Amino acid sequence: MAVLVYAEHDNSSIKGATLNTVAAAQAIGGDIHVLVAGSNCQAAAAAAAQIAGVSKVLVADNAAYTNQLAENVSLLVADLGKAYSHILAPATTNGKNFAPRVAALLDVAQISEITKVISADTFERPIYAGNAIATVQALDAIKVLTVRATGFDAVAATGGAAAIEAVATVTDAGTSKFVAEELAKSDRPELTAAKIVVSGGRGMGNGDNFKILYSLADKLGAAVGASRAAVDAGFVPNDMQVGQTGKIVAPQLYVAVGISGAIQHLAGMKDSKVIVAINKDEEAPIFQVADYGIVGDLFDLVPQLEKLV
Amino acid sequence: MKAIVAVKRVVDYNVKVRVKADKSGVELANVKMAINPFCEIAVEEAVRLKEKGIVTEIVVVSIGPKEAQEQIRTAMALGADRGILVETGAEVQPLAVAKLLKAICDQEQPQLVILGKQAIDDDNNQTGQMLAALAGYAQGTFASVVKVEGGKASVTREIDGGFQTVELNLPAVVTTDLRLNEPRYAALPNIMKAKKKPLDVKTPADFGVDVTPRVKTLKVEPPAERSAGIKVKTVEELVAKLKNEAKVI
Ligand SMILES: Cc1cc2nc3c(=O)[nH]c(=O)nc-3n(C[C@H](O)[C@H](O)[C@H](O)COP(=O)(O)OP(=O)(O)OC[C@H]3O[C@@H](n4cnc5c(N)ncnc54)[C@H](O)[C@@H]3O)c2cc1C
Ligand SMILES: Nc1ncnc2c1ncn2[C@@H]1O[C@H](COP(=O)(O)O)[C@@H](O)[C@H]1O
Repeated sequence: MAVLVYAEHDNSSIKGATLNTVAAAQAIGGDIHVLVAGSNCQAAAAAAAQIAGVSKVLVADNAAYTNQLAENVSLLVADLGKAYSHILAPATTNGKNFAPRVAALLDVAQISEITKVISADTFERPIYAGNAIATVQALDAIKVLTVRATGFDAVAATGGAAAIEAVATVTDAGTSKFVAEELAKSDRPELTAAKIVVSGGRGMGNGDNFKILYSLADKLGAAVGASRAAVDAGFVPNDMQVGQTGKIVAPQLYVAVGISGAIQHLAGMKDSKVIVAINKDEEAPIFQVADYGIVGDLFDLVPQLEKLV
Repeated sequence: MKAIVAVKRVVDYNVKVRVKADKSGVELANVKMAINPFCEIAVEEAVRLKEKGIVTEIVVVSIGPKEAQEQIRTAMALGADRGILVETGAEVQPLAVAKLLKAICDQEQPQLVILGKQAIDDDNNQTGQMLAALAGYAQGTFASVVKVEGGKASVTREIDGGFQTVELNLPAVVTTDLRLNEPRYAALPNIMKAKKKPLDVKTPADFGVDVTPRVKTLKVEPPAERSAGIKVKTVEELVAKLKNEAKVI
């Protein structure tokens, strides 16, 4: 039994979610191989070879994989994946984009966003926005899984010494083309990796008011997130959305500011270790999950908080 | 060009679901059902493309129980032209849904297939990608902007880091994200008109598709409950708790 893990990377370094995915692979058991598909991605492959617990790194270094187009990547992974019992990808937007294609090409099911490995064929995953946890058994010979990073503690990024092997196959479907990318730039920690997350909702009133959250976040070394309402209203960009259909976070501390606590938002943050809610409505559902709640106007409370931390 | 839109009947997003006592699933008896929110956005996008003169016919497809006709009628009230229900009382998992949709695409030869990015019951986020793979189509998932011109579709996608734009050969699959559009409400006259639009009822066997589940649900349990904590009166008290009790700052 061997497990193939698809690495999330930017051609030069490995993204954190890969380390949680390797942890899930370890829980399954067997040899762990990591696939780095990209272009000019030798540095990422070298980094992957150092991940603890990995025995082999496969590198598919070709222009066809530059932008991780799902049409091209899925053909490659399905081709290589035939030799494995499990194919794992992080449940990032990239993993979610190509992994179901891999499963369909192999005529097997895909299991999305596993949060726990019970055995080699049985896994836990949240359904209904996290309002229920299903234990599911995969009946197909090859198991294609996406892994929710918050469910697994990352393995060490270094300490391993895997062999690196080049993959000669090139799969270019020729049906899609990359046009452009607009990536948000921020000096703050990445939302899904941050130890502290401060999130704002509709209660922030406008985008300009988010400044008070940014300055609180900078004092705490925190990332900044948002509710869907805040994103829809144009206060902040979409990559900040936390929730069922946004990012899933589980930091040590989550501070929800002017967020009511709809189930779709809770789905993205209720596994945080400690939750603080700041809301002027004492009936807001967010208080039902908050360890520490404070009722009041966020425009008074947030600046006070910034002073005291 | 023809567009196919896939809509799923799911528990209304406002319902807080409860797990059944025997852990076999969630309680669905007497629960309000609705069209999956992302599918509603898919219908709206197809209707807008039709209003722009790009799409000429919209075929809405659902796979599920007899009652899924309600969601097909809703889609027709929003502007879809005709419907196909693949009726089955059995559980149909994403791979089987994708195979049925592929068989329908073979018959209907659409240029565009629009699906939701995710059904909010099982939160799978798979079907569109699987359909695209089976049909050999390009895909634009998690779409927040869709433009069709010159025989191609340009799709702006919501990705973890921001946005990505891809250009797809047609036919293509698009899956919708929340900010693609804001669906309209069906006007009463349109709801009446929708009742007269054609709706074909088929079965999985008609398409020769084996829908046997590939994943077995062993049990469904409620998540670990988070108990409500305490309310503090002042920010000083909050900071003291975070430092001394929770030790997170
Ligand atoms: C299919 C689907 C998917 C969804 N996915 C997501 C998702 O991924 N993430 C997500 O967040 N939502 C999601 N939603 C939306 C979700 O249902 C809620 O609409 C949304 O989370 C509400 O955001 P909010 O709490 O910021 O706004 P509101 O519910 O409007 O709450 C604003 C809060 O701010 C408080 N407030 C206002 N002013 C102040 C002030 N001055 N001081 C203190 N408090 C103040 C109010 O008391 C209120 O509680 C989804 C919905 C659907 C249908
Ligand atoms: N039973 C179904 N009938 C029609 N469309 C479906 C069905 N299941 C899934 N879909 C489509 O696939 C999308 C994604 O669903 P899923 O992959 O289950 O999260 C939905 O938004 C629908 O557009």
